[in-house]
Amino acid sequence: MVDFGGWEMPVQYSGILDEHRAVRTGVGLFDVSHMGEIEVRGEEAAALVDFVATNHAAKLQPGQAHYSGLLYETGGFVDDILVHKIGDHHFFLCVNASNQDKDYEHIRTHNRFRADVEFASGNYAQLAIQGPAALGVLQKLAGVDLASIRYYWFTEGEVAGIRARIARTGYTGEDGFEVYVAPGHAPRLWAEILAAGKDAGIKPCGLGARNTLRLEAKMALYGHEIDASINPFEADLGWIVKMEKGDFVGRSALEKALQTGISRKLIGFEMQGRGIGRDGYEVLLDGKAAGWVTSGGPAPTLGKNVGLCYLPAERAKPGVAMQIACRDTAVDAVTVPTPFYKRPKAGGTKA
Amino acid sequence: MNYPEDRKYTKEHEWVRVEGGQGTVGITFHAQEELGDIVFVNLPKPGAKAEKGLSFGSVESVKAVSDIYSPVSGEVTEVNGLLATNPEKLNEDPHGAAWLVKVKLSAPTEADDLLTAADYQKYIGE
Repeated sequence: MVDFGGWEMPVQYSGILDEHRAVRTGVGLFDVSHMGEIEVRGEEAAALVDFVATNHAAKLQPGQAHYSGLLYETGGFVDDILVHKIGDHHFFLCVNASNQDKDYEHIRTHNRFRADVEFASGNYAQLAIQGPAALGVLQKLAGVDLASIRYYWFTEGEVAGIRARIARTGYTGEDGFEVYVAPGHAPRLWAEILAAGKDAGIKPCGLGARNTLRLEAKMALYGHEIDASINPFEADLGWIVKMEKGDFVGRSALEKALQTGISRKLIGFEMQGRGIGRDGYEVLLDGKAAGWVTSGGPAPTLGKNVGLCYLPAERAKPGVAMQIACRDTAVDAVTVPTPFYKRPKAGGTKA
Repeated sequence: MNYPEDRKYTKEHEWVRVEGGQGTVGITFHAQEELGDIVFVNLPKPGAKAEKGLSFGSVESVKAVSDIYSPVSGEVTEVNGLLATNPEKLNEDPHGAAWLVKVKLSAPTEADDLLTAADYQKYIGE
């Protein structure tokens, strides 16, 4: 067990590679109750969310969710979040555990709208069931038709008789669901899902596999790809910034970045020599320090050692030869397109 | 787990089996268990010098890198080639087929003050 933002969490159960494989080929279950929740309610709830987050919340339909960013005035990230639109006057935000207090303060500080902000982390536990077999397993317990929930949509319903918010979202690059329930019900829900998934070979999964899975899918991790010093364009997350929607916190800094251009950008790499480029290692271009690895390690599905790094923007494109200072040795690597792993499109698979 | 009594152990979780003037060095079952799935082993080349208590290589699991500290001093005479292609053998047989290096000892009595199997097991709480 490791301490993770004040939560005791397992790095692994049966082993990172075993758990990783289960999620890519079958189904895995994660306890991600450490994630924070913030609820925004009121007549101008959408206006507040649109003022503090970069994506365009007013465009969401009830029952729809999207990925978004909370920024400082400087354009750097306070956090990356999931925004769920429950109804016209109610939004549900899922935020990172270690950022939840500052997220809540940040949103409150900028609340000049007719909206209430509630710190709701204590009201929710969250289980993520992920993998190609996730739908079939969860459907055995769910009182709603899960196949009709589209990717990045959610519904309210019951799972194993427990009231739940069921979202077709995840942090693994696979199909799957994130299920939010009252904390008291979580232990039973965990046991029920494991039992329902027994025939499908379900595996409980820890933080280790969560990290290798999200890295293969090139999903950002706060404190690695993004932090207060990195803006969305640098992090290759321009798609979550909707400049046309009007004013929001960080907008003027981003306008400036668009005018002057960015100096560094996130890019994927693959190791070519013997070595593993890991978080924090220095990246060399033409023998000189030029950037750093934000996340790196084995990509079990690919059987390669991969990672993400920041490089000068003009060199941050695929096919650039570089080296990574793996402790005392400079090891050859090359920049590559991302994501490293993309799930095969589901073709006629029914639960 | 059975920790063979024909060798000595370190608090950094290496073992050394001394035969004549030669020591065979590996990491312990406990070490591989703590590391998890091992994916990369970085070892010195034959001819390199090993010095007791100093790092001579590293083992990488999916999650992290760990230094290997030499339990003895001398010259590396042989490196286990199996681990370059099959690093996962370190998870499977750390006390046997997945030994790391052989060292020609410069001070054969150096290993005497290392831990016995019983002391090591006590140290790791087994």
